[in-house]
Amino acid sequence: MSVQQGTAHRPWVDRLLSVSGWLVFAFLYLPIAILVIYSFSNNRIVGIWGGFTWRWYDRMIHNPEMMGALWNSAKVALISTIFATVLGTMAGIALDRYRKWLGKQAFDVIMYLPVIIPEVTMGAMLLIWFTQVLPISLSIWTIVLGHIAFSTSFVAIIVRARLANLDDSLEEAAMDLYANRWTTFRRVTLPLIMPGVMGGALLALTLSLDDVIITEFVQGPGASLLPVYVFGLIKKQVTPEINAVSTLMLAVSMVLVFISLGFQARSKSGGSNKEA
Amino acid sequence: MTAAVGIREVTKRFGTDVTAVDNVSLDIVDGEFFSLLGPSGCGKTTMLRMIAGLEFPTEGSIQIFGEELALRPPNKRPVNTVFQSYALFPHMTVEKNVAFGLEMRKVGKAETTERVARAIEAVHMKGMEKRKPNQLSGGQQQRVALARALVNRPKVLLLDEPLGALDLKLRQAMQIELKDIQAEVGITFIYVTHDQEEALTMSNRIGVMQDGELLQVGTPEEIYERPVNRFVAEFIGETNFVDGTATEEDRVRLTDGTVVHAISDAPTGTDVTLTLRPEKIQIHTRGATDINPERNQISATITRQLYYGESLYYELKISGGELLDARLENIPSLRRWDVGSEVTISFHREAAEALTS
Repeated sequence: MSVQQGTAHRPWVDRLLSVSGWLVFAFLYLPIAILVIYSFSNNRIVGIWGGFTWRWYDRMIHNPEMMGALWNSAKVALISTIFATVLGTMAGIALDRYRKWLGKQAFDVIMYLPVIIPEVTMGAMLLIWFTQVLPISLSIWTIVLGHIAFSTSFVAIIVRARLANLDDSLEEAAMDLYANRWTTFRRVTLPLIMPGVMGGALLALTLSLDDVIITEFVQGPGASLLPVYVFGLIKKQVTPEINAVSTLMLAVSMVLVFISLGFQARSKSGGSNKEA
Repeated sequence: MTAAVGIREVTKRFGTDVTAVDNVSLDIVDGEFFSLLGPSGCGKTTMLRMIAGLEFPTEGSIQIFGEELALRPPNKRPVNTVFQSYALFPHMTVEKNVAFGLEMRKVGKAETTERVARAIEAVHMKGMEKRKPNQLSGGQQQRVALARALVNRPKVLLLDEPLGALDLKLRQAMQIELKDIQAEVGITFIYVTHDQEEALTMSNRIGVMQDGELLQVGTPEEIYERPVNRFVAEFIGETNFVDGTATEEDRVRLTDGTVVHAISDAPTGTDVTLTLRPEKIQIHTRGATDINPERNQISATITRQLYYGESLYYELKISGGELLDARLENIPSLRRWDVGSEVTISFHREAAEALTS
């Protein structure tokens, strides 16, 4: 029996494959679609369509606790992203450049560890560190520190991957053309690793925006973040207000993804042209 | 006159057990096209990188027009490099790439614009100023890399296998163009290559390197006609080796007892190896009487014949048992020999050289 020419004469295989493809899509996106649709449903019970309404969005906006949590989330995400991006980029460059004398293996392991260790462990560690060792009182700033601690590694790993694909002779060429080390970094290295830096920053932002576990450990009284607040709300009652806030977060993540795709497309078409 | 580049007892070690360049001394004359030739890993690129300042020598001195700069960073040297991978900045246009060096040296805007335009024109890239490197072919990238280096008017231009990535036709065209550009700008070119033909056709002088050592420096003719040892003889072109013993000056006894004339200053009794280029051998009928008396004669048997179009190769077994290759130009009067023919081969007494190493 000939297997090689089989598929061309068996359309049911193609049909089965496309059906399974649609099933996977449905499995992934149906819950999201339902969440979004019922955030506009004028009925308290999710599952019964009660006509279109902005009511839950209105309730969300006029819920001071929820808005406070949203504002805290935005603040924490922005500050931790800025620090994680700068620290992570520096670490990524150091990893790539100075691995010879730092001991490549050891440094790699150290950098990957925050990515690998369970969030629960990381949360507990940070809590002990903040309250027992330092000790400082828990607040929104301990959340920021906690988020910086785990996102820095992600940025470093992405930046380093970008650097690994960079031809060493580009920097050598800049120095050969009379640029000192700093100018070489500013004019050649940084623009070329920019897509990696931005990708890392967006990842850090996303990670911070939806982190629950570590935030739970290191948050102070009254300084909750949105995901933690929503999680707490769900324990009490499931209202379409949750659908509304989830839809909002979904929209924000999608915008971030599109921005990140935009950066990638730009880097493919020859990188950003800062000089123009 | 001061050398353009003076290299004195330069050694470069990586770690404790890798010696990339081993005690090299060399003077490169102003305006010369000098090639560093050798197989990969011979230290030629490391030597070039030390002149560029991208590596620093472990020991020794490097001077450019009498100025010591062995340990000076690359951005403070009056040299520019054309990299093997071209190393054009992918995020900048052709124009910005070429202007980079001038901008770094704070040359005025008007002068920069003018010099950049002239450099781009000199490498025939006019009209491509606004393109990014990834919109250019390999050959065009090569030209931009050249313009980017030359626009700075360096005292010495360093080229690291710049034609290595191009296909044969384009490489040959660029070889001629590079020579023309060098003649026009009149500055010293130091050219690293592993391609012996490229080195022979382009260079005023060649330095042959092997395992970090500089084996021989000379004009292409000197390198080809008078190699100092077996390695150089074999690396540059094709050659035959025949073992023998030096008898007196310019005489060598082969293993079968035949004594031939050859260039030799080896002391009597030393074992030598004769190097004899395939194109220097002629084939005659056994017992021919019209052979020039300046030529050595050896009996041989044809063992193989290969037709190459512009030439014919014959493999010959000489009386001592060694196999030699002879290459005869395919001219209309060329006599063909069948495999098994008993012949006499001849070569001029200055065509063979006795090597002691």
